[in-house]
This record gives sequence, C-alpha cells and structure tokens, in this order.
Amino acid sequence: MQYIDPHIHMISRVTDDYHRMAQCGCVAISEPAFWAGFDRGSAEGFRDYFHHLVEVEPKRAALFGIRHFSWLCINAKEAENVSLSRDVIAMIPEFLQRPNVLGIGEIGLNKNTKNEATIFQEHMDLAAKTDELILIHTPHLEDKYKGTRMIVDMLKNDTRVKPHRVCIDHVEEHTVKLALDNGFWCGMTLYPTTKCTPARAVDIIEMVGTEKIMANSAGDWGKSDPLAVPELILEMRRRGHPETAIQKVVFENPLEFFRQSARWQEPFALLNFSK
Amino acid sequence: MDPRVKAVAAPKVLEQSFLEARSKLLDIAAILDRITRGDAADVVHQDVKISRIIEALKILQGSSAHKAEQIQKLFSLPYDANWEIPTPRY
Repeated sequence: MQYIDPHIHMISRVTDDYHRMAQCGCVAISEPAFWAGFDRGSAEGFRDYFHHLVEVEPKRAALFGIRHFSWLCINAKEAENVSLSRDVIAMIPEFLQRPNVLGIGEIGLNKNTKNEATIFQEHMDLAAKTDELILIHTPHLEDKYKGTRMIVDMLKNDTRVKPHRVCIDHVEEHTVKLALDNGFWCGMTLYPTTKCTPARAVDIIEMVGTEKIMANSAGDWGKSDPLAVPELILEMRRRGHPETAIQKVVFENPLEFFRQSARWQEPFALLNFSK
Repeated sequence: MDPRVKAVAAPKVLEQSFLEARSKLLDIAAILDRITRGDAADVVHQDVKISRIIEALKILQGSSAHKAEQIQKLFSLPYDANWEIPTPRY
C-alpha cells in the first residue's frame, strides 16, 4: 500500500531508512523544522538548516522515489529565546517560496511559557500574510493537555486562522477531540514511550473515525521507528479494517491536507490518484 | 464516525490481548517491586509520581470505557482558562 509519512525528521536518519521506507510503500514525506538536540547559537545556524530542508533532503529522498516536502519555523523549545526567534522568523520568507515548502511548522508549545506563546502567535502572523498551511507541535507528557488547550485558545482567538488549513500534531486520547471538534486536522505520532503506540492509535481511529486524522512516525535522532506508519497499517489489517479505511488514514488524508498548499506538487507515484 | 472501522468484538479482543495485558501488568508490578527493594524506598514512596501510579491503577478497576483518556488526564498539568492569550498583529 502506498503511504505518506506526514511528519519525519530525515535530517537525523540514515539513507538506509529512505530505502526501507520506499520498500514499504512510502511515496512522500513531510519534514517539519525542529529542535536539533541542542540550542543553536544564531539565526545563521537556521539558515543552514533551512537550506538542508529545501535542497539536500529532497535530493536524498528522490533517490528512492520519495517526494520530500518541508515546513519552516523556529521550534517551540528554542522559541523561549524571543530575540533569536524573531531573527529566524524574519528569515523564513527567504525560503518560503521554495517548491517543496508546504507551510509554517512545526510551531507550538513546549513548556507552555509566555515566550513560547508569543512566538507561536508571531509565527501565525507570518503565516497569515500569505495564507500558509500551519503544522502544530503539541507538548510532551504532562504538558500536552494544558498546551493543547492553550494552542486551541490562540488559534480560535485569531480570526485569520482557517481550521481546515491547520494540523494539530501529536494528539493522543485526551487531546484528539480538542483538535477535531474545533475543525482542525490532527496527527497521531507513533513513537516509543512518550506518544502513541500503533495499537492505541488504531483505538483512537475506532473512537473518532477516519476524517481529518493522519498518522506519522516523527522519526528523529531519538529512539524512534521510521517504519511506524507501516506498523499502523499492519495493526489495522490485523483488526480486519478494510483497505479503503486504512488508505484514507495513511494516504488520502495527508494528501488532502497537503494539496491545500499553493506549492503542492503531485508526486510522481501519485499521478493516477483521483483528486 | 466511520462505520468501516468499528471496534473488534470484545471476546476476540480479550483473546488476542490477554497475554499482552498480563505481560504489561507484570512489568508494572516488577517496577514497583524494584522501587521497594531499592535504597531509600521510604523517601520515594512519598514522591507524587508513586501516588499517580496508584491512582492510575485505581482507574483500571473502574467501569469507564475511556480509561486511557482518564489516565492521560491524571498525568496532565492543570489548564487555566484565564491565561493571557497573545494579541494577533493584523
């Protein structure tokens, strides 16, 4: 089955992962800008990172027939540094019109601080200028519920935000309805220990349905599985869910969300898929 | 709701998941045993994390159909609806 991993940090993965993902049916991925595992010392460090996202990874992915898309921002963790964040946000328009950039992301909250909220709003101000798609990171563990509520508050407070152009990521049992009931798309992250297992993600799908929901690996430099989406496919098959429902979650839904981007390009392998 | 993805019949779920549930319960029991065996166990037993685990185990004994959601909320920080939302720049 063809699938899309809508959230994976390939900069921190080896080339063999692209190979194995392609073997398992991956035809496209999107890579949000994220924390590198250390706080960068200047905005120029982000310039190099954005260059990597828009130039290097698309070429590496193309070697395996995978289309690579990206999202730009300063992540929530480094957003605590407001001055650095404003320098980075000022730089983003230089890269925003590159052909593989889907929008602004993954913006969000980390420890739910005032500075993080300020920079979240300033990212939304930037996104509003050119009506960009927005991908949102929600906090980890004990901060997730509070942070997701705060994020939804900010989104609803900004009259420019169109919910169908926003994806709230890393939802779990206690936050999925906050996203869906307010008209947003949502993503479930299949990640060891701190997020969803494939089984729990399928439980969530059984409870909320298949509309506006997708699944991703968020594979990165931590212990994570770049083949987590195929694991979800296997779990849905194991429970007897039909191929059409599985395809909707792992392929049609991310495709429908991405297609809203002005810069979306139809991946080669998807040309025969009806719009 | 998507009728294509309805839950599997309960007896089948139990049959398929019993050993997995047994294994995970044993893991939790072993973790608690390990804590009890360790030095300064009396100090750790005053840690709020232990009481959270005990509260979570009580949730498992209930009849709710949303135990996972309840446990997620148990391990969550409180939300204050009156927090200061930043102002958009239109």
